[in-house]
Amino acid sequence: MSADRIDPKLGLAGVLFLATAFYLGTLVSSGPQPAATTPPATTHGGAAAKKLAEAAAAPAPSVAAVDARPVFVPLPMDKVPEDEFGKMARLGEAIFHDTRANAGAFVGNDLQCRNCHLDDGRHANSAPLWAAYLVYPAYRKKDHEVNTFQSRMQGCFRYSMNGKAPELGDKVLVALEAYAYAMAKGGPTGVAVAGQGYPRLAEPATLDAAHGKAVFAEKCAVCHGADGAGQNDASGQTTFPPLWGARSYNWGAGMASISNAAAFVKANMPLSQAGSLSDKDAWDVAAFIDSQERPQDPRFNGSVAETRKAFHDSKMDMYGQTVDGVTLGQNAPPSGATPKQQ
Amino acid sequence: MAIRTLGKAAALTGALLLGAGTRAQTVDAKAIVMGGAANGANACSACHGDQGEGRPEAGFPRLAGLNPDYIVQQLNDLASGARANETMTPIAKALSPAERTALGAYLAGLQPPAAPVEPKPEEKVVAEGKKIALQGLWDKDLPQCVSCHGAGGVGVGVNFPKLAGQSAQYIANQLDAWKTGKRTNDPLHLMTGVASKLDDSQIAAVAAYFESLSPVAAGGAQ
Ligand code: HEC
Ligand code: HEC
Ligand code: HEC
Ligand code: HEC
Repeated sequence: MSADRIDPKLGLAGVLFLATAFYLGTLVSSGPQPAATTPPATTHGGAAAKKLAEAAAAPAPSVAAVDARPVFVPLPMDKVPEDEFGKMARLGEAIFHDTRANAGAFVGNDLQCRNCHLDDGRHANSAPLWAAYLVYPAYRKKDHEVNTFQSRMQGCFRYSMNGKAPELGDKVLVALEAYAYAMAKGGPTGVAVAGQGYPRLAEPATLDAAHGKAVFAEKCAVCHGADGAGQNDASGQTTFPPLWGARSYNWGAGMASISNAAAFVKANMPLSQAGSLSDKDAWDVAAFIDSQERPQDPRFNGSVAETRKAFHDSKMDMYGQTVDGVTLGQNAPPSGATPKQQ
Repeated sequence: MAIRTLGKAAALTGALLLGAGTRAQTVDAKAIVMGGAANGANACSACHGDQGEGRPEAGFPRLAGLNPDYIVQQLNDLASGARANETMTPIAKALSPAERTALGAYLAGLQPPAAPVEPKPEEKVVAEGKKIALQGLWDKDLPQCVSCHGAGGVGVGVNFPKLAGQSAQYIANQLDAWKTGKRTNDPLHLMTGVASKLDDSQIAAVAAYFESLSPVAAGGAQ
């Protein structure tokens, strides 16, 4: 009789214990590194990445490997003096944080620079600005030109922000450059430091977008919405950015390449649980996201097939491919600046 | 016939029959808040205030202006035990599904000013909390609170509740509950991860910051 009374309590404690153990267990077993509970940013998730050039994405031995590149610690913004330069750098920070409010004329979707470069462009392994500053000017295959830091950022306005590139020397680009420089001061120029870009993932033999759809429903939809369109907060501001559709990055964006998206997602998503997805889940969910319609490539020349041949000829790029009987890019909303819908 | 009988009986016995007899058709949420429901649910107002403004010092949460579906979800979880609480679980259990829905809609629509809090927390503490809320603790891979709870903590949809103007004591209690595994009903265990990265003084600071924000200034009722 008394045993009957005690049992349920022990049972409950046991259940709680098991639940906890199960939770910890899933964190550990769902990826090579238990990053959800994790060590400092610079010591996790770093691949033994080579260079920033996409071509150099030689299969990395393991994502769990420590980033072997030289370590540079960016200067915190509160160490930057309040002089004329400091003012310009802080304007850059504000533009990066809320691009729509502070450089709205150049934005054509619901994204902000910080949505893909976390912690206002400071977070290692989400292509941080301070690390980028150190590796420009650089030749880019995308436009077959040597890009300055400013012209590199023009690309993110045109494609990632689906907007209009500010002219070189425009105050918006000057401010953003000042912001990056302020954090990069004292760093080694010409050196890809630890945390630069996204840690590249070893290429898988196959991509399974159908499995990616299931991963999306389980791990992403709670924030980004079942339809990938993101979510606004109660006052109407975008909190969770759209991953596809008319208000997201366009077909010309770096994130539209499955290899970039997989690397970004593995190192940064689900938000606050970075590194918790297996490589396979990251690749497949990226393949799923980048198989959805989004604004047209601004370089579109009238024919999806021709545009694919000219700019998207890669197995990591779904533009112009036929998925479920629909050719991606064929029904793309027009690219370019459209004001935010309320 | 049935309707007439019911009407007569209700007129005679008032609230007693209201709960049982007309539950399926109309639930008077305001009456439950002020006077409780059949099956033993206490008047919500005793702990959450007449207008759902809460009793901050006691850790009784503000319910006014929360997302209606979030309120229903929590009542369901409190009733099923997925979220355990000695005080609320029996009350939630006593509410029918229709009552939970009606209460969610009613409480979500209320917009009373914040219940007064004494003594006010030190400014230094609020400032430290603001920093965590708006900038995160990225050296521990902890994003800004507002990147999930919306600008100014106004809340996002059914899953990310409003924190602006919420009782600091209640916020701290919840973060503790996640840290110690007492609250486990969070989607993807997002808050379990968040809370595990905060120490006691950081919890106190961020709780004081959200309490200091007006619950009705931005966003308002959802
Ligand atoms: C939709 C996501 C997205 C948005 C929004 C976005 N970017 Fe990017 N950005 C990327 C991707 C992807 C890369 C390529 C990273 C790589 O190759 O490792 C990149 C690269 C960069 C780089 C070069 C990084 C390096 O290390 O070479 C800079 C600088 C940059 N972005 C600035 C910006 C600015 C400024 C904005 C806002 C105007 C912005 N980005 C908005 C996705 C985005
Ligand atoms: C807890 C909420 C949350 C979850 C879960 C989540 N994300 Fe995100 N995601 C965000 C937020 C917030 C941002 C913007 C980051 C910022 O601004 O700090 C973001 C940004 C992104 C971006 C870049 C911006 C854009 O709109 O293209 C991509 C891509 C992305 N997430 C993919 C995913 C994928 C894939 C998953 C599931 C594996 C996922 N996210 C899960 C909250 C979340
Ligand atoms: C005796 C005091 C008391 C009464 C009466 C009471 N509550 Fe509560 N309620 C609490 C406490 C304490 C909590 C916080 C529980 C915790 O810390 O997890 C709470 C939490 C809640 C929550 C969760 C809020 C959130 O933000 O997650 C809801 C919803 C709720 N109560 C609804 C009600 C309703 C509806 C009634 C009336 C039918 C009611 N309560 C009556 C004490 C009470
Ligand atoms: C990665 C997304 C995410 C971040 C970041 C986040 N939260 Fe939450 N939070 C949630 C979710 C999801 C819930 C709802 C849990 C549930 O439904 O049980 C929640 C609920 C809460 C609640 C319970 C509110 C209530 O009414 O019961 C509190 C308190 C809270 N969060 C505080 C914070 C604080 C403080 C921070 C910053 C230190 C923070 N959160 C950061 C996702 C997040």
